[in-house]
Amino acid sequence: MGKTLFDKLWEKHVVSGKKGEPQLIYVDLHLVHEVTSPQAFEGLRTNKRTVRRPDRTFATMDHNVPTKDIFNIKDQISRKQIETLRTNCKEFGLRLADMGNEEQGIVHVIGPQLGLTQPGQIVVCGDSHTATHGAFGSIAFGIGTSEVEHVLATQTIWQLKPKTMGIHLYGKLQEGVAAKDIIMALIAQNGVDFGTGHAVEFFGETVQQLSMENRMTICNMAIEGGAKMGMMRPDQTTFEYLKGRKYAPKDLDTAIEYWRQFYTDDITDYDTVIEFDVSTLAPYVSWGTNPSMAVPVNANLPKITDMNVQRAYDYMDLKPAIKATDIPIQWIFIGSCTNGRLADIQEAAHVMEGHHIAENVTAWIVPGSRAVKNAAEELGLDQIFKNAGCEWREPGCSACLAMNPDKIPAGIHCASTTNRNFEGRQGKNARTHLASPAMVAAAAIHGHFVDIRQKEAI
Amino acid sequence: MEAITIHKGTTIPLMNNNIDTDQIIPKQFLKNILKTGYGQHLFHDWRFLDDGTPNPDFILNKPEHQDATILISGDNFGCGSSREHAAWALKDWGFKIIIAGGYSDIFFMNCTKNGILPIILPQSTRDILSQLAPDDKITIDLPQQKVIWQDKMYAFEIDATWKQKFIAGIDDIELTLRQEEKISNFEKNMPIFE
Ligand code: SF4
Repeated sequence: MGKTLFDKLWEKHVVSGKKGEPQLIYVDLHLVHEVTSPQAFEGLRTNKRTVRRPDRTFATMDHNVPTKDIFNIKDQISRKQIETLRTNCKEFGLRLADMGNEEQGIVHVIGPQLGLTQPGQIVVCGDSHTATHGAFGSIAFGIGTSEVEHVLATQTIWQLKPKTMGIHLYGKLQEGVAAKDIIMALIAQNGVDFGTGHAVEFFGETVQQLSMENRMTICNMAIEGGAKMGMMRPDQTTFEYLKGRKYAPKDLDTAIEYWRQFYTDDITDYDTVIEFDVSTLAPYVSWGTNPSMAVPVNANLPKITDMNVQRAYDYMDLKPAIKATDIPIQWIFIGSCTNGRLADIQEAAHVMEGHHIAENVTAWIVPGSRAVKNAAEELGLDQIFKNAGCEWREPGCSACLAMNPDKIPAGIHCASTTNRNFEGRQGKNARTHLASPAMVAAAAIHGHFVDIRQKEAI
Repeated sequence: MEAITIHKGTTIPLMNNNIDTDQIIPKQFLKNILKTGYGQHLFHDWRFLDDGTPNPDFILNKPEHQDATILISGDNFGCGSSREHAAWALKDWGFKIIIAGGYSDIFFMNCTKNGILPIILPQSTRDILSQLAPDDKITIDLPQQKVIWQDKMYAFEIDATWKQKFIAGIDDIELTLRQEEKISNFEKNMPIFE
């Protein structure tokens, strides 16, 4: 019997506890943001506790940030939450990427970008999309605020070891089909809870060929399939990505030597395996109110089979059997921790270049971090978007969850590179359609989805 | 944390599958920096009409259900965002027990930290429990791992450690801090790359 990547990582981090029971696990990196941390700091204060390892904790502001004028938070309660994080970081001696700071951005974008996220780590954050960091060969998962407090105080966390699931991705993606489509298709075909209770590892030739950005997109959405951890074996692509990053080890060779031990010995070591051929995939588009309610762009929307599907159709104001390409799109959003990295913005810009968005469409482009924004501007991508009639904004979570001023109006269909199409997610009664950056960009140009595999379609 | 051993109460059925935490407590209420006061916003977008008045059709607004402490629901309850505000809101409204087909892992953990007991029962049993009258009381016996209604008993599974935690209502951090030596030893031995 061999071991999985997950087993090896887990074993290295057990501080105490028996197999089969919740075990105390050491946390290498704790990322903090303003929304899920205030009550945790308050708990520390009440109980006169300190942060055990400020050097392993890193905070940023992302969810509340207004992306039009970041220094002008009009919402008093939002402002209070931002200020509370600032005070807490000061009081407890934590590093903070503050508003406007070079390092600021969406927590799951800046962790990797700064080299904080590394292979072999346990990474936690009070945010379900922490799974993103698993792309580096780490166990990364979202936690609740009580757990945030626990990690701040002890640098450890109680967890019951999940089962393991291997997802074998093989085959070559067709041109125009993206990493986003792989994970959307997986969820569409297996449901929003197929990964519950499991740590999921994506492996195989397809994964090896993907860039770190694309790997992160896939791991990011593992949680939408119910898996709180998504991960991938660290390899040369991972190591190359980390080279020269601010907080990555300076002596990278020694670290790499250590990281190389983290891989799954054999496919039979997983509790469950899913085989998944990506070569026949079409770009995916979501039509309903959870990420599994999605279809290939050239397909018709499904029949009504139960009250959950009926409810989704009512909310989205759509009818079964229309084509995904018939969904009218009046708004588009490119950004978020799923698809707000430089590579994503580049893909979208590539489609947008030389075109103009349709007349009745509003388009927001929101880089995932200040560094992404700066890099994109250096490449002139902002100009491509502006010429096409899009709004180029400041970095933040923005309309991914719309708890800041960035909201999609009620009744509007929005093509979005985000990860959740829940009721009201992007604004009350807003209707979200998830898709890849290139698909969303093309939808902006046409006012509806098109199959971007057909060049003439754009 | 408040301990749970035996609980008797009335039910509210909300039988959709995949009820996500964005529905349980929408984002506009996550800006608060306290742990309390979320009950009034529980299921806000379902509970209130666009003009802000309570939606009379939504079950949480029905006068006969105001004292319910047990929520019955579909599969994969609490999926999506990790926001513990969802657990705080359910608790603040008065729920002590949830009976669903399953839970997202993060939401389940959040329940264990807040004294809300998440029970898993099969659809057939939940179908029966969802039909109870608003004043029908059921009993949850955690030590025996049974849901009891009249002369019927439905057994449920729960991990032994979580069960103990619910029964004892212990503060995790205090327990962990007693293991300080082990944590320090771990830190001394872990690889560090400069
Ligand atoms: S971009 Fe969206 S999903 Fe990602 S952390 Fe921000 S709100 Fe959450």
